[in-house]
Amino acid sequence: MLEIKNLHVKLADEDKVILKGLTLSVPKGEVHAIMGPNGSGKSTLAYVLAGREGYEVTDGDILWNGESIIEMEPDERAAKGVFLAFQYPMEIPGVAGLTFLRTATNAVRKKRELPEMTTPEFMKFVKEKAAKLNIDFEMLKRPVNVGFSGGEKKRSEILQMAMLEPTLCVLDETDSGLDIDALKVVSDGVNALRGPDRAMLVITHYQRLLNHIVPDKVHVLADGRIQKTGGKELALELEKSGYAEFTGKAA
Amino acid sequence: MPAVQETVAQVKKIDVDQYKYGFETDIEMVKAPKGLNEDIVRFISEKKAEPAWMLEWRLDAYRRWRAMTEPTWAKINYPKIDFEDLYYYAAPKNSEGPKSLADVDPELLKMYERLGVPLQEQEILAGVKSDKPRVAVDAVFDSVSVVTTFKDELAKAGVIFCSISEALREHPELVRKYLGSVVPQSDNYYAALNSAVFSDGSFVYVPEGVRCPMELSTYFRINERETGQFERTLIIAEKGAYVSYLEGCTAPMRDENQLHAAVVELIALDDAEIKYSTVQNWYPGDKNGKGGIYNFVTKRGDCRGRNSKISWTQVETGSAITWKYPSCILRGDNSRGEFYSIAVSNGYQQVDSGTKMIHLGKNTSSRIISKGIAAGFSQNTYRGLVSAHRKATGARNFTACDSLLIGDKCGAHTVPYIEAKNSSAHFEHEATTSKISDDMLFYCQQRGLSEEEAVALVVNGFVRDVLQQLPMEFLAETQKLIGISLEGSVG
Repeated sequence: MLEIKNLHVKLADEDKVILKGLTLSVPKGEVHAIMGPNGSGKSTLAYVLAGREGYEVTDGDILWNGESIIEMEPDERAAKGVFLAFQYPMEIPGVAGLTFLRTATNAVRKKRELPEMTTPEFMKFVKEKAAKLNIDFEMLKRPVNVGFSGGEKKRSEILQMAMLEPTLCVLDETDSGLDIDALKVVSDGVNALRGPDRAMLVITHYQRLLNHIVPDKVHVLADGRIQKTGGKELALELEKSGYAEFTGKAA
Repeated sequence: MPAVQETVAQVKKIDVDQYKYGFETDIEMVKAPKGLNEDIVRFISEKKAEPAWMLEWRLDAYRRWRAMTEPTWAKINYPKIDFEDLYYYAAPKNSEGPKSLADVDPELLKMYERLGVPLQEQEILAGVKSDKPRVAVDAVFDSVSVVTTFKDELAKAGVIFCSISEALREHPELVRKYLGSVVPQSDNYYAALNSAVFSDGSFVYVPEGVRCPMELSTYFRINERETGQFERTLIIAEKGAYVSYLEGCTAPMRDENQLHAAVVELIALDDAEIKYSTVQNWYPGDKNGKGGIYNFVTKRGDCRGRNSKISWTQVETGSAITWKYPSCILRGDNSRGEFYSIAVSNGYQQVDSGTKMIHLGKNTSSRIISKGIAAGFSQNTYRGLVSAHRKATGARNFTACDSLLIGDKCGAHTVPYIEAKNSSAHFEHEATTSKISDDMLFYCQQRGLSEEEAVALVVNGFVRDVLQQLPMEFLAETQKLIGISLEGSVG
């Protein structure tokens, strides 16, 4: 269970306050969507969950399985099962995808006190997962994300997610930059990872993604707080009426 | 990449800013008195029972050196070196005369074992292949070579691999013919000093048409206090010969700065190829910049024959100061020179390194790939010259200089000189400077890598095209070394 309690976050270097008392719970086995206008704090929430530097939690707490994670380093959180699928995945020149996956998989396994994978075990594992996501194995021999299309980047993110076997998945605008076909492949990949032991938080601007990844709940984030919570139909309403109701401005 | 995991495991084993090779070996030494004059030069020559012409050659170099001044054009700062306050010769007491593994002081063998240098000759039984790579090693301790392995086996192929002192005794005609023919005595201040007082180093001669059957390597170790190491290496590849050679270097941790001024000469005749790799890990000084080796080295290869090729690969992680420009003289028509470099600087290290590609023959080509990585408070400079002579028609060069900065207190500089005196020359130069961004580190950390693992991964990616040039036997070790050198560079 993910519990975010009265979370207040500001930028570390400036006085700008972004999250102003955000409260939210996602039980295991559920998929929740966060929707909201530009600048409402959606990406900040994703980064703060993953532990990126540059943000300061001034009040409140984030509990994952009952344990506060706000003081943990990003890699410790990853070991606890937190995974962030990036809106803009980073390029790592000269590092082949397979090398990156293997290094990450074994780093996480080690921290989870599992034995590291041998080369044959790893190759079998990655081939299996890549096939499911329609990923051409040749792509994994190229440097991570370098020269990848938008669709390739997002598929590569989902492959990493499948490999690292997280229990809390945060997807930050995973639909951005995807055409309809890629959207379907990525959504199928995410849906395949849904399960009773996994909580997911899907951050998006548009309702479109939620046709493919059907959420258990939808939250509207505006002005640093959850303004409204509803079922999947809330996303459809928002698509029609926009966010004006929550921002006090016309959309 | 398992090497990344190993890097980190290794980093954890040692304390922060602990240089792994920093121990001292307690061995009884024979030393020349401190300071430098003609008598010291005579002393060294006599110790080595050198022919008279060699002593004259040294004295000539010494007199020229006296008339020269220290160069100041490099982007490095250091207090003036007092050349009278150094020992110019130090040798383990019992290591004079011919030596085999059985005669070597067990203390020395223990030290090389600790350094991970394989001095045991692994026997190959009939039909049983050892999985360990076989590498012939010449081990140089302070001023002398203590042992050279696999000599007999190499001799069967006609390859001469021995210390330069031994070569002066056993093959004086070869040494006399080639010594100083690529780097003349008066080439530069440090080369002149080296020519006067060089004490040992390696000699390799590969006869016509022979492909050297194994990797050759020399391991240089400075142990004594206040002692300079001046080694001289001479490699000759006759027509159609091939040899791959690697040198490694370490030194104990000391508060004082120590001087290392080497000269390396390579000669490749028609259709010959020499591949020379260096993994330099002299003590870099402590985290406040105290101590460390001053590394002033002249390395030059002469592609004397047609279709010859010389390739330099260097991984420079150590030394307080590195001043080093392994170069190629492309004299033979269709000859080729290559320079692949990784220079890592951390703490207060200063690196001024690069290459010179001198195109003289027709249709000569050269390639330069330089990767500089600066962290901490270090300064990392690439300085290079590519020139085409008036008669060097069809000269081609490609240069790529990439710099990576870690943190915001270090500097990377690129100083390329390009001179084309021939309108048919085709020179390309590319340069990039990048920073390991917080975003890149966060991305890797989100995937479970610690900050140090993330830096090691990103840096190994950055230097990948150069690492691929190293002999396989040394690849994993080098990847680890790069990780260790950057330890403590973030956070």
